[in-house]
Amino acid sequence: MTDSGGELASGDTAVRRRDFINIAAVSAAGVGGLATLVPLLTQMSPSADVLAESTTEVDISAIQPGQAIKAMFRKQPVFIRNLTPHEIAEAEAVPLSALRDPETLAARTKPGHANWLITMGVCTHLGCVPLGTGEGEPRGEFGGYFCPCHGSQYDTAARIRKGPAPKNLFVPTYDFETPTTVKIG
Amino acid sequence: MSFPWAKRYEPTHPFMVWVDEKLPLPRLVHGAIGAGYPVPRNLNYFWNFGVLAGFCLLLQIVTGVVLAMHYAANTEVAFGSTEHIMRDVNWGWLLRYAHANGASAFFAVLYIHIFRGFFYGSYKAPREMVWLLGVLIFLLTMATAFMGYVLPWGQMSFWGAQVITGLFSAVPLIGDWLHTYLLGGFAPDNAALNRFFALHFLLPFVIAGVVILHIWALHIPGSSNPTGVEVKGESDTVPFHPYYTAKDGMGLGVFLVLYCGMVFFAPNALGHPDNYIPANPMQTPAHIVPEWYFWPFYAILRAFTADIFFIPAKLMGVLAMFSSILVWFFLPWLDRSPVRSGHYRPMFKWAFRALVVDLIVLGYCGGSPAAEPYVMISQIAAAYYFLHFLVILPVISGLEKTAPLPFSITQSVLGGAVSGDEPAHAVPAE
Repeated sequence: MTDSGGELASGDTAVRRRDFINIAAVSAAGVGGLATLVPLLTQMSPSADVLAESTTEVDISAIQPGQAIKAMFRKQPVFIRNLTPHEIAEAEAVPLSALRDPETLAARTKPGHANWLITMGVCTHLGCVPLGTGEGEPRGEFGGYFCPCHGSQYDTAARIRKGPAPKNLFVPTYDFETPTTVKIG
Repeated sequence: MSFPWAKRYEPTHPFMVWVDEKLPLPRLVHGAIGAGYPVPRNLNYFWNFGVLAGFCLLLQIVTGVVLAMHYAANTEVAFGSTEHIMRDVNWGWLLRYAHANGASAFFAVLYIHIFRGFFYGSYKAPREMVWLLGVLIFLLTMATAFMGYVLPWGQMSFWGAQVITGLFSAVPLIGDWLHTYLLGGFAPDNAALNRFFALHFLLPFVIAGVVILHIWALHIPGSSNPTGVEVKGESDTVPFHPYYTAKDGMGLGVFLVLYCGMVFFAPNALGHPDNYIPANPMQTPAHIVPEWYFWPFYAILRAFTADIFFIPAKLMGVLAMFSSILVWFFLPWLDRSPVRSGHYRPMFKWAFRALVVDLIVLGYCGGSPAAEPYVMISQIAAAYYFLHFLVILPVISGLEKTAPLPFSITQSVLGGAVSGDEPAHAVPAE
């Protein structure tokens, strides 16, 4: 049997026009409600001014072989290190199979600038600043960097060798603008 | 939601009758923490710590709100505004020391409250929901305390924030994105400080809400007691007011003596000198440690130094640290012994003592540098911690031969010869 509206009306379980309206109304309100989450949640992501601080230029002419400096990039330290030939040889002598995060020194530097090791100074474990840039700071068993927080040790290519950190110190995007200036970011 | 013999609320003053008709709030208070809530007559002083925890929450909200009237959540001025509170604001030094030591007192009270629950089986049926809500309160309190510690923007604040938010970067695939999202930047900075302040202000009120649910859930079966035997009759209980309001008042007095002793005579004993150095993103302090109340969990985090199968050590540490508290959610179903109180469980009693020692060892290692022998000791202690909850508790609840339980609370209080509603008098010797 059908009623005058023409809908299905055979028994209590039939779909009525009112059911459709209810579902449509609640769905529309639900989608609208969910849409308000977009601004409420994305406001947490880095704001435009934070993202704008994304390049740093550094003059590296004063860094002697064996020395390192800390520069600042995105409010985080960057290590710029002028490797000695001995340190380069030491890094190249390590077989990749001995590494937790296998990468060659060449892959972590720019061609023609193999002595310039530029990495973030942020331990890949929980984000402390490793020691080893300053004069007299401990450089760990592998002559690179040593993180005092949880004892991670990095070698002369800033690769993780011992301790809890999972990855090598991160190499940021950078370019040599002139032989003595780098632009990071 | 109470025993049939609970004293009824009968307002006599016309004004109170009028209020009761419009909004029965005094009736609610009467039934929740007044004469209308019958409580087992045999509660010992370990049962004071729930009320003390509530007091600590109130203390933190009151001191915190007034501190917020003088503090500025901006990296340029946060450290300075904290010193401004210490030096210039009228009584600011007292308010800040009261708040900082209040956090320590809160955790001390919470740990005793939680261990009371462990020993007396307070988490067992019919009080599972009370327990689950309690674990949730503990997690929220940890989050609130962590964010509060970041606010002064000293070296420990900054590096604590760096390390703890760094935990989230261990999440597979989305870790780095999540880390940046939570901080609103690539390292802790103004965005992070501001949101931590907003959340540090908000969460205590969320905690207060969950505390109300915790008490509501507790009042359905009523409080547990040291025998673990359920209330059988009116002689087993006394009204909360005046009996336990008086006993809690006594406990509160003792608590305040100890707490004020800390605030006035050793306000920095539990703090770190490094936090009186302004935050410096370029230099990590030589020895980063969280506040003492996080040490056991920090030790578990650091206990994982090598990859396990395909899971990196860092992720393992983070998972273990979170699991060490999340495992408490499963406690009502891990401990299957029908006997609640540890007094009647000879094997459990030893397991409980071992757990207390284990937590103290973990805490000591968590506060020590990440070097041997502390790493190895915390590895053993962390393994034992999980062994206790996941293996020892389920196994001994099947093996153990428990001691006979008293017939009732009244019998346990008045001795074997007394039963039912007989008056309490000494039984003369034959």
